[in-house]
Amino acid sequence: MELRKIDDYRWEVVKTGQMRVPGIIYAGDSMIESIKQEEAVKQVANVATLPGIIRASLAMPDIHWGYGFPIGGVAAFDWETGIISPGGVGYDINCGVRLAGTSLTEKDVKKKLEDLVNSLYQNIPSGVGSTGNIKLAYSEEKKVLKEGSKWALRHGMAYESDIENTEDFGCMPNADPDAISDKALERGLKQLGTLGSGNHFLEIGLVEKIYDPEVARVFGLFEGQVTVMLHSGSRGLGYQVCDDFLAHMAKNIKKIGFEIPDRQLACAMIQSSDGMRYFNAMACAANYAWANRQILMHKAREVLMHVLKIGPRDLGMNLVYDVCHNIAKKETHVVDGEKRVLCVHRKGATRAFPPGHESVCEKYRAVGQPVLVPGDMGRASYVLVGTENAMKETFGSTCHGAGRVLSRTAALKKSKGRSIQRELEDKGIYVRWTGRSTLGEEMPEAYKNVSEVVNVVHGAGIARKVAKLKPMAVLKG
Amino acid sequence: MKYKMIDHTADLGIEVFGSTLIDLFENAAWALSDLLTDDTGNPHPLPDTSITVSGQDWPDLMVNWLRELLYLFTGKDMIVKSAKIVSLSEYTLTANVKYEPFLSYRHIIKNDIKAATYHQIIVEQAGPEWKTRIIFDV
Repeated sequence: MELRKIDDYRWEVVKTGQMRVPGIIYAGDSMIESIKQEEAVKQVANVATLPGIIRASLAMPDIHWGYGFPIGGVAAFDWETGIISPGGVGYDINCGVRLAGTSLTEKDVKKKLEDLVNSLYQNIPSGVGSTGNIKLAYSEEKKVLKEGSKWALRHGMAYESDIENTEDFGCMPNADPDAISDKALERGLKQLGTLGSGNHFLEIGLVEKIYDPEVARVFGLFEGQVTVMLHSGSRGLGYQVCDDFLAHMAKNIKKIGFEIPDRQLACAMIQSSDGMRYFNAMACAANYAWANRQILMHKAREVLMHVLKIGPRDLGMNLVYDVCHNIAKKETHVVDGEKRVLCVHRKGATRAFPPGHESVCEKYRAVGQPVLVPGDMGRASYVLVGTENAMKETFGSTCHGAGRVLSRTAALKKSKGRSIQRELEDKGIYVRWTGRSTLGEEMPEAYKNVSEVVNVVHGAGIARKVAKLKPMAVLKG
Repeated sequence: MKYKMIDHTADLGIEVFGSTLIDLFENAAWALSDLLTDDTGNPHPLPDTSITVSGQDWPDLMVNWLRELLYLFTGKDMIVKSAKIVSLSEYTLTANVKYEPFLSYRHIIKNDIKAATYHQIIVEQAGPEWKTRIIFDV
């Protein structure tokens, strides 16, 4: 696989063999060596072989190997002649991040951090197969799948502004509950309002630095502000949707009439019954994820008010934004000077729409869409803003996080004999977790330094830095 | 040795061995159960449930077989105690599976396995025995 340096932030995977377009990897010099050692570059090239791909198979600087598509991958396919692939979205459909600001500053919470993290641990179900206190009947579950965040609003677990400040207003309208299997429905019954396991988290943080005061003001962020960030997805339901369609499309792949280089790239033409059925099933899982994150945020609001003994007005916990980073979207982009309808797959990548874009809610339209980039639990997270350049180069996409550098097994080995909890507490970060190996697997060194990742997308102009956050208390799954 | 962990950049990869294909599929089921949970309770009699799975080829059948068994845990909260293949052909299998409900005081979750993937899947004859490589998403 030949990698050619384009400039300080871009590398080209030269088009060879079955590739229909080249690949472009956004990365700095310091990252590219570790990227080369992984299978991820090959995966960028594999994606470039899929029918209907437009311009290039893209990868963000938080790229690492995934199943089929790399994580950090962005690929757009022509809506009429291209494919849609469950592997291009990922197992955890609409895995995403939301960030809320508060009216509080560090002094309001500093002495209460341990109580807060303990109370979050008690009140927010997390860990393997965790189930929540919301038990749905099938008929009600289907409403969640249709309505997304609005279901939570109808049940008193959201403010109107939460919906306004969520990507797609927390609902993909094409969701069709009849497109998903009984297995998927069954898995969704008991998991609404649960965090999940692995890298999912809920974090109380602090705005450490503002880079762009004007945009930060519009986003409602200020230096020294207490924030709440959470990372979760569509739980078992999303996994089941992905796995069901992966199995089905792998079986029917011959119908497309071309060989896929990896079964995890199983796909269907968008304009086929399988393609459309997946798109509508994926939307169900996406809506479930939005409702889930909304409910988790509502629970966090209640915990903060209870522990700090304050009311909603004093807490002032408002959603800055909610982004999804595992999704396929029908979007219009300008390609070679012509407007075209595309199916943009973002797998471990975030939409980063520019100022003036009609899909950005009115409140932020003048400055651009907020982009949330969580780092590891020991270092930092970032708030960025979408740019015109992202629209031109990456179908309005940018990075989604730090990206792993160590496999879970390698991280566990490295953490052996250490108390990650104590190391974090020494830095003033309180952490609680559920899974017995979670803390070792998720230790800070398991991830790239998110600051390096963000510097690449900022430098390449596919998002711009607005604020840097630091963690104070973290609940892990 | 029925299976071993493999050093792979993937999250959780195993190689499973069997003297015959039937043996291989049974051992793969055993490996999945072993990776998922520890059982601290005493064995007790359980009824058989018949499960039939098919695929496009051996690797596809292996993934579909493990998918079905994993669903018993992720979807039904059931712990697979044994899986006996009663028939195997190209490319369908029928098995009698014994399982019991997951009880948090009895079963300890060892690995949060979320999916059996096609990533680098192999089912092959290696010398006198059969071997499969499976990567799980965790």
